[in-house]
Amino acid sequence: MSIPFPSDAWIKAMMEDLNNSQAYLDAAKNWEGDFYFIIEPDGVLDHTVILYMDLWHGKCREALEVTDPNLKSPAFRLSGPVSTWKKVMTKKLDPMQAMITGQLKLQGNMAMVMKNVRAAKELVESCTRIPTEFPV
Amino acid sequence: MWYFSSPNIVFGEGALSHLEKLQGRLACIVSDENLLQSGFIEQVRSFLPSDIAVQIFTEVEPDPSLETIRQGAMFLQQYQPDWIIAVGGGSVLDAAKGMWILYESPDVDPSAINPIETYGLRRKARFVAIPTTAGTGSETTWAIVLRDTAERRKLALGSREVIPDWAILDPEMILELPPRLTADTGLDALTHAIEGFTSTFHNDFTDGLCLHAVRLIFEYLPRCYQNGSDFEARQHMQNAAAIAGLGFGNSMAALAHGLGHSLGAVFRVPHGRAVALFLPYTIEYCAGGDPQTLRYVELVRALGLPGETQNAAAHSLAHAIRDLEKALEQPLNLQELGISREALEREMDLLVANALNDTQTIMSVRVPDENDLQQLFWSAFEGKLVNF
Ligand SMILES: [Zn+2]
Repeated sequence: MSIPFPSDAWIKAMMEDLNNSQAYLDAAKNWEGDFYFIIEPDGVLDHTVILYMDLWHGKCREALEVTDPNLKSPAFRLSGPVSTWKKVMTKKLDPMQAMITGQLKLQGNMAMVMKNVRAAKELVESCTRIPTEFPV
Repeated sequence: MWYFSSPNIVFGEGALSHLEKLQGRLACIVSDENLLQSGFIEQVRSFLPSDIAVQIFTEVEPDPSLETIRQGAMFLQQYQPDWIIAVGGGSVLDAAKGMWILYESPDVDPSAINPIETYGLRRKARFVAIPTTAGTGSETTWAIVLRDTAERRKLALGSREVIPDWAILDPEMILELPPRLTADTGLDALTHAIEGFTSTFHNDFTDGLCLHAVRLIFEYLPRCYQNGSDFEARQHMQNAAAIAGLGFGNSMAALAHGLGHSLGAVFRVPHGRAVALFLPYTIEYCAGGDPQTLRYVELVRALGLPGETQNAAAHSLAHAIRDLEKALEQPLNLQELGISREALEREMDLLVANALNDTQTIMSVRVPDENDLQQLFWSAFEGKLVNF
């Protein structure tokens, strides 16, 4: 059964997938830093949704939908319209190209990102494995 | 959506004289000690208009470290140039690009240089790249490879902003290049052209450049190696390296670079020698992936080599590369590089970890996991065909 994106149930499904992924564990061994995935309105999604993920050395320690943006102060923020997220998650847009061209905006410690690019790749791979229902 | 970035390019005999047209106040020439001794810096300087003051920084070492970038940026801060002129091989050019970013944006951590953030370059200075090798293509790319000495790792970084304003390809600058350096750097260009054509970012703008560079390199690199004063061959190789740079610089390199960066940082193997050694092994490895993603048939057709299926074409291409490497008396496996079994075993975890997270590894059409990376290193050690 498909899980609606973006939602609390969806980010929790991704947490479960990541924590079962040997490829992510190998790639993200040195990763330290939690994330806000910020999904901006587009199509029938009429408000911004923030999904939080605490990523630490190859494991996801916590995942939830956040209604108050000040609830956490994450090390990284990745934001973009829901239609762009959909393109990346359905492999129609390369995540690196999306970030380099500014279609998805990444903020945070870029040294961590440049030294652990494979972790980012495996993170996106995980997204693509979740059976997802998109609002666009 | 994607970009194609290119410098203005001046090429051919007399290209250095373009420097006479520069307008400005102060140029910092970035280079290395050998090039200063050999008189190349003086030659470059002699073309600059007399009203441009010149300062020279020659502290760049092979595989430049993050510390060198910081040190060089302080030199630029001290003299405040409006032109940065990088004269050298890939190490010098990459170092100068990194220094340029820190000069214009002093708060940047060099290990964090990335294509996502903007640095506001050209508020203070513009950049001229004058290559003295024919291979790295750094004169036409926005790539920067720096060495993190503490982590014994190379960082494949970059920013589209550091594409040089001018690339000056004067064949006079490479006529004295010794045979080993000619082979190492020329094979780096071959690796760029082949990986640029087969990477996941390949595109219509880069395909033709990569294919033509491959043809030029197979034809002219052996001539340059056998007879360094073959002017025609040198000129074509210089162009081929820059064209391959335009190709892979806009479509990225791939797995041979991921493995080569990792090996190079740990065992201090010259960049071109390392990536070219891995190239045929990585082609064989990719041949075991999804045939829909492979493009070896087009490559072998361009070279007039056999290979009707992607798999056959991959093996045909790997064979042709090894033949070329033999003709250039290059090492074909890690043992011939002087690496012992014990040393490889000892360093394997670091080699695998660094290759796994290299920015170029993930551009491969088949991305290896830890186990496959180990097997790739061992295949390259034994000189064994990759068939897993
Ligand atoms: Zn290279």
